[in-house]
Amino acid sequence: MKIKVKLFAYFRDNRFMEEFRDYPKGTTVGNVVDGLDIDREEVGVLMTNFRHTSFEAELKEDDILAIFPVVGGG
Amino acid sequence: MKDRIFRVNLTDMTTTVEDVPESWAGHGGRGLTSTIVAAEVDPTCHPLGPKNKLVFAPGLLSGTVAANSGRLSVGGKSPLTGTIKEANGGGTAAQLMARCGVKALILEGQPADDKWFSLAVTPEGVTIEEETELVGKGNFAVLETLSTRLENNPAIITIGPAGEMKMAAANISIKDPDGGIRSNGRGGLGAVMGSKRVKFISVTPGDAKLEIADPEAFKAANRTFAKALVDHPVSQALGQYGTNVLVNIINESGGLPTKNFTQGQFEGHEKISGETMHDTIKERGGRVKHNCHPGCVIQCSQVYHDADGKKLTSGFEYESIWAMGADCCVDNLDHIAMADKLMDDIGIDSIETSVAFGVAMEAGILEFGDGEGVCRMLKEDVATGTGLGRVIGNGAGSVGRTYGVTRVPVVKNQAIPAYDPRAIKGIGITYATSTQGADHTMGYTIATNILNVGGAVDPLTKEGQVELSRNLQIATAAIDSTGMCLFIAFAALDNEECLPALIDLLNARFGISLTADDVVNLGKYILKTEREFNEKAGFTNLDDRLPEFFYNEPLSPHNVVFDFSGEEIDTFWDF
Ligand code: SF4
Repeated sequence: MKIKVKLFAYFRDNRFMEEFRDYPKGTTVGNVVDGLDIDREEVGVLMTNFRHTSFEAELKEDDILAIFPVVGGG
Repeated sequence: MKDRIFRVNLTDMTTTVEDVPESWAGHGGRGLTSTIVAAEVDPTCHPLGPKNKLVFAPGLLSGTVAANSGRLSVGGKSPLTGTIKEANGGGTAAQLMARCGVKALILEGQPADDKWFSLAVTPEGVTIEEETELVGKGNFAVLETLSTRLENNPAIITIGPAGEMKMAAANISIKDPDGGIRSNGRGGLGAVMGSKRVKFISVTPGDAKLEIADPEAFKAANRTFAKALVDHPVSQALGQYGTNVLVNIINESGGLPTKNFTQGQFEGHEKISGETMHDTIKERGGRVKHNCHPGCVIQCSQVYHDADGKKLTSGFEYESIWAMGADCCVDNLDHIAMADKLMDDIGIDSIETSVAFGVAMEAGILEFGDGEGVCRMLKEDVATGTGLGRVIGNGAGSVGRTYGVTRVPVVKNQAIPAYDPRAIKGIGITYATSTQGADHTMGYTIATNILNVGGAVDPLTKEGQVELSRNLQIATAAIDSTGMCLFIAFAALDNEECLPALIDLLNARFGISLTADDVVNLGKYILKTEREFNEKAGFTNLDDRLPEFFYNEPLSPHNVVFDFSGEEIDTFWDF
């Protein structure tokens, strides 16, 4: 299935900003993070289709997955 | 040096130095400005008349070596909201004022004629002098002239043309360590300073030092405290990307107010994002990290250069970039930076003014996206005080009333900042209930609603939002009393050693024995004191509401409205 993966802040370094990627059915958010060699400890926020999600959540065709490191501001 | 109250009466041009009344002794920063305003200012007075007072107070830890302790609180009755107001900012003034032994500096009265004055604060007291050369000048000219006129590198607190013209969005500007500007931004306190006809205040402590009751314990506590700050990943991200790292994440959440609050996402978000800004700064030889006062270990500030590699602006914050960017649909970071610099020079709040431009665009005065037009209008209208310039300089509400716009994002007439309350509901509770009009810093629920700091509360449901906002508003009021920058809160919410170390710092500074409960009670006392002032000024629970359009215009992409009833909002005050 096709998933749009978006990376932010330093997660983009040596990776990409935004890509359509193919994953087998049943892939979880955590699988995608691991597959990109991103340390789960460094992940601050995960969103699919503009809503917060978790490592365990299963993805479905055409989902937009956004992966952010721990960030803040205000 | 003993802390004292420095008082300046501009009606009869007298100055005094007084002992600190016992009931004020435990207060600093916002707790002290609000206590003094509540005690001495008639809540029904005209904010720009002789009965209002302008109170400056360094935080309880300002002037010490404690990390991030250099915030200066300024308080009074706000000409923008009509409520009590405290605005705090960085720069070098809080630390030098504390070293002068200033617990608070109170400006009262009003000169009878139309002369302008400057004040000089030293450990001996305050002197008043007539000022002619700098009247009408922008803040950068003021800083430059004073850097040669005055000796010993004093701290400078100044107002620009907006403050002189008593615009309700005028801020108070404070010099940073590199001659840049930090602002006590919100609520128009620069207009109050202008109404007292004080153009600038210099602060020179000489060799004066402040006393620490238990220096060893203080050092130890500061070590733990600074380590907690430095180690927290949010602090590290703030150093690298600045607060503007938020553009992309708030956009992704669907809560980035766009085109005068008609959409929750901005097409041009990537062009104005923290990531783009970081790369641009590096390319052009600016500074990614910068501190607004010595002793800050987080360094969220930065120096942004133009395409020719010349400094354009510093302290380029997410809220300003959102407001001029997404809210006005300007996707050119250089135009936003130029507008930011102009607003620093004019001495006007970059949130209020930019949101006012968003409303002006909706009214058809300018096209959405016209960043150059905004810069031109700032120079030709706002800085010079044309009729239109004053309408804008009096804030978003003023523009809406003048041009008959109904979509005007304000609470208690203060512009709503960078997070849409329909898609991030906790912050809507903060906007509605804050004692000072819409202000994200009063109870920053974004931490928990969006960033997963201090737990997680779903931004799109109502559950837990009132309690979240209440806890954060109480904690924030207490933190605003210490002189600490609010960004310590990320570490304080997550790191168990951080808050106890902060309390140890207070105890070691004053030789007292505060507990965590005392700190919570301090926060509650401050909120209640402020609310009581507002009630006496005529505000009721019906003022704790959001503008109508948030309840009936669904926001994309989630297609949500703000759906808290009045009764639900009012439970905020059940403590
Ligand atoms: S973190 Fe930013 S706002 Fe806070 S003290 Fe440092 S530079 Fe100033």
